[in-house]
Amino acid sequence: MSVSWPILSIVTFMPLAGVLFLLMIRGDEHILARNSRRVALWVSSFTFFLSLPLLFGFDSTIIGYQFEEKAVWLAGTGIGYHIGIDGISMPFVLLSTLLTPLAILASWKAIAHRVREYMIAFLVLETMMVGMFVSLDMLMFYLFFEAVLIPMFLIIGIWGGSRRVYAAFKFFLYTLLGSVLMLVCILVMYVDAGTTDIPALTEHQFAGSMQTWLFLGFLASFAVKVPMWPVHTWLPDAHVQAPTAGSMILAGVLLKMGGYGFLRFSLPMFPLASEFFAPLIFTMSIIAVIYTSLVALAQTDMKKLIAYSSVAHMGFVTIGIFTMTEQGIAGAMFQMISHGLVSAALFFSVGVIYDRLHTREISAYGGVAAVMPRYAVFFMFMMLASVGLPGTSGFVGEMLVLVGAWHASSWVAFFAATGLVLGAAYMLWLYRRVMFGAIINDEVKAMEPMQMREFSIFLPLSVLVLLFGVYPMALLDVMAVSIQFLLDGLSASGLSVLAAR
Amino acid sequence: MVFNLNDILPALPEILLAAFALVLVLVTAFGGEGARNARRVTRISLGGILLSLALIWFGAANDETAFGGMYRADSFADYMKILVLLGTFSALYMSITPLAKDDINKPEFSLLVVLSLVGMMLMISANNLMSLYMAVELQSLPLYVVAAMRTNSLRSSEAGLKYFLLGALSSGMLLYGASLVYGFAGTTSFAGIAAAVSINQLPAAFIVGMVFMISGIAFKVSAAPFHMWTPDVYEGSPSPVTALFAIAPKVAAMALMMRLTYGAFGSIADQWSQVLIALSIASMAVGALGAIMQSNIKRMMAYSSIAHMGYALAGLAAGTQQGVLGVMIYMTGYIFMGAGSFAVILLMRRDGQSVSKIADLQGLSRTHPMLALGLMVMMFSMAGIPPLAGFFGKWYVFLAAVNAGLIPLAVTGVVMSVVGAFYYLRIIKIMYFEDADEPLDADIPVANKVVLGVSIMVILLFFVGLSPLLESANIAASALMAEL
Repeated sequence: MSVSWPILSIVTFMPLAGVLFLLMIRGDEHILARNSRRVALWVSSFTFFLSLPLLFGFDSTIIGYQFEEKAVWLAGTGIGYHIGIDGISMPFVLLSTLLTPLAILASWKAIAHRVREYMIAFLVLETMMVGMFVSLDMLMFYLFFEAVLIPMFLIIGIWGGSRRVYAAFKFFLYTLLGSVLMLVCILVMYVDAGTTDIPALTEHQFAGSMQTWLFLGFLASFAVKVPMWPVHTWLPDAHVQAPTAGSMILAGVLLKMGGYGFLRFSLPMFPLASEFFAPLIFTMSIIAVIYTSLVALAQTDMKKLIAYSSVAHMGFVTIGIFTMTEQGIAGAMFQMISHGLVSAALFFSVGVIYDRLHTREISAYGGVAAVMPRYAVFFMFMMLASVGLPGTSGFVGEMLVLVGAWHASSWVAFFAATGLVLGAAYMLWLYRRVMFGAIINDEVKAMEPMQMREFSIFLPLSVLVLLFGVYPMALLDVMAVSIQFLLDGLSASGLSVLAAR
Repeated sequence: MVFNLNDILPALPEILLAAFALVLVLVTAFGGEGARNARRVTRISLGGILLSLALIWFGAANDETAFGGMYRADSFADYMKILVLLGTFSALYMSITPLAKDDINKPEFSLLVVLSLVGMMLMISANNLMSLYMAVELQSLPLYVVAAMRTNSLRSSEAGLKYFLLGALSSGMLLYGASLVYGFAGTTSFAGIAAAVSINQLPAAFIVGMVFMISGIAFKVSAAPFHMWTPDVYEGSPSPVTALFAIAPKVAAMALMMRLTYGAFGSIADQWSQVLIALSIASMAVGALGAIMQSNIKRMMAYSSIAHMGYALAGLAAGTQQGVLGVMIYMTGYIFMGAGSFAVILLMRRDGQSVSKIADLQGLSRTHPMLALGLMVMMFSMAGIPPLAGFFGKWYVFLAAVNAGLIPLAVTGVVMSVVGAFYYLRIIKIMYFEDADEPLDADIPVANKVVLGVSIMVILLFFVGLSPLLESANIAASALMAEL
């Protein structure tokens, strides 16, 4: 299907139009807050609605980019405005546009001061996220990739918990340090290839020795974003201090930027180095999976536990990507989307009871299931999806990654599977302590049942998790051609990665 | 020597400003002391600057020399002069309404600034060791005076004296270096030196002279290790003067550095490139690390400007046309970041007394949301976060460095920019993450609003105008490289 109007640009920049709307709202603080919430929700929902044609108009049999748009930006320098989506980026665009209205809805009651600024930050964040996934120009990609830091820094720092300043600084500086090393690599690539156009760079052959350095530079950035062990330490702090909606977006979308980066840059552009460094990535990922799972077992703070579980789950993603097999990469993609939905829902689950009791300590809860039965069902479903129960999306991703890992090395598969067992342990234990048992005190007893608003956030996420669990082809079909194209490029680069295995 | 029209026309903007300065002397002398006359003098000065700006903007950019080769007008000079004029204009414009009780409120201020501005413009157009030295002195002497203008303040006097002593030292180095260069090249004209350099195998003493000259200019640019005066002078001078220091003279000095290195010493780039790399790394490190501990915002801005000069020098060290382009883009962003930041810093006062502690900005986002937003944009831009102007400056500067094979320099630069990001973020933290004890004074003059508003727009939308900007910067850069 060809569209005559620039739908991708509209989806990307629609939230910024919403920001202009928000700036025009007048009135006293109460009215301002109420209208800001409504405008932000409407704009982000509308953006989601606009992004649906990207899904339905997407032809999953075509190799290459769709909905492409090109415009002259810096004429004659090889840098231009170029956007488009393929099977790898399209699901992330939808994930971003879906999670943003849900995140705004999640902060309806929880955010009471500076509501307008908060909503502006979220809408700007949405533009940056979507822009990053659709960019087909490396400089544009970097602009969006970095600019995400600005709204996220403010969201954590202004609306976060008691140690928000520390967490915001750590988040910003960690990520920035990784990114600037990538910036130098981008400059080197630009000088070498004379363009920043991503499709052109994918076809450009970088010299072997250069690939090593470029790979390491990009790794510095993406490893922090994913995050991989040992540069994951910003994540628990950022998650614990960020407001619920901030955690949802952070875990749901921002962590995926690293995985997406590996698939868009590291693998296709530096195939030799990717092959060379795969054992390193496997080692880091396995340590991440096992170590952070053990750390998660020891947590007393619910949000921190889920944050560590995110690191473990993202470890699966990096394993899957660097197996460089069809199953592994498809599994990694699937796991990213699934984790985007599940972790957002889990962070929201914590937010729901945090809003009522204002503590995230596991020991302060007990017997919640008796007070909030409907909530217990959703929480359990998401918990099981996180553990990887068959019939949920979590199972498909982990299963495919393990199959791919088995192709690469049986040891990798073995250790990764160990992580699955540990993951089941800490999640089930968390659920038992919070939800089951006797109602431990009057505060828990007095908790309100789940509201319609909270229900309407859980519902779409649950439906999708279930859909992808029972009918994974819905997602796999979309990505198959792009992943095959990526693998063809890898084997065509003269080293036949697949044949060697 | 007989002057004719061919000498006057290329230098018309400077001559016009000099004429304005002479008129201003009369107005200052006979218009009486006090605030009204000060405002009148400032208004006339602003008019002169605008007129000069219009002459450059609409005038044809011919590549020509005047006054027997002493003065060179080309599109590079035009580009840099526009930056200097815009910077001086905004600094002077914001001084028109005295904000704090202890602010300078004397007619001499604007007069001296205009004289210094003529010096800056001549620096940019210098094409001979003699005109170079004269221009540097014309630029410096009035600034020594304005630094010490708040006569009842010990700190201001200290700043003026310190600036004068160290400035005199740098002039001495410049002059000594120039004499060595003249001695071995046998001529004072840049073209003559360039010719001598390319033909002869010049002795080591010539290189020593060149290094002395670069060091002398590095003083003016405030590149480490010649930066010592900067924090004290920034802190001690009255705020409008600090604003001026932070914006305009650095740009002029950087332009002079480019004229000298690319023009006179163009064919021995491998010699001065090492000097510039050392200056660049030292400045980036001193600027980034020094600023962390500062509690006074003017001192912090001083260290920040040292760091910015370090980044610009990284582009210059590349020794290519791309390097010149990078520095020009960097400087374009720099003057707007400086003007925008000082538009807010100038407003920092309580009960009519100016305050300059970083902690005084506490909770600014609650009490003055627009000011806080503006300063936040400036800080993110200075930290080099895209898509703001500061990022594109760094992009083009490091692009030139990488293209010239100076990858370690680029890596050092970006790592230092992360260190630098820490103190810019600290300002944002204090404004946004903390609550105000007592708010700053509420009234905001039009001048500051205009300067801040324009700066925000330029910085936010830099990427929109980047294409035409690159085009003119490219023409200017090739004009600098061209032989005349």
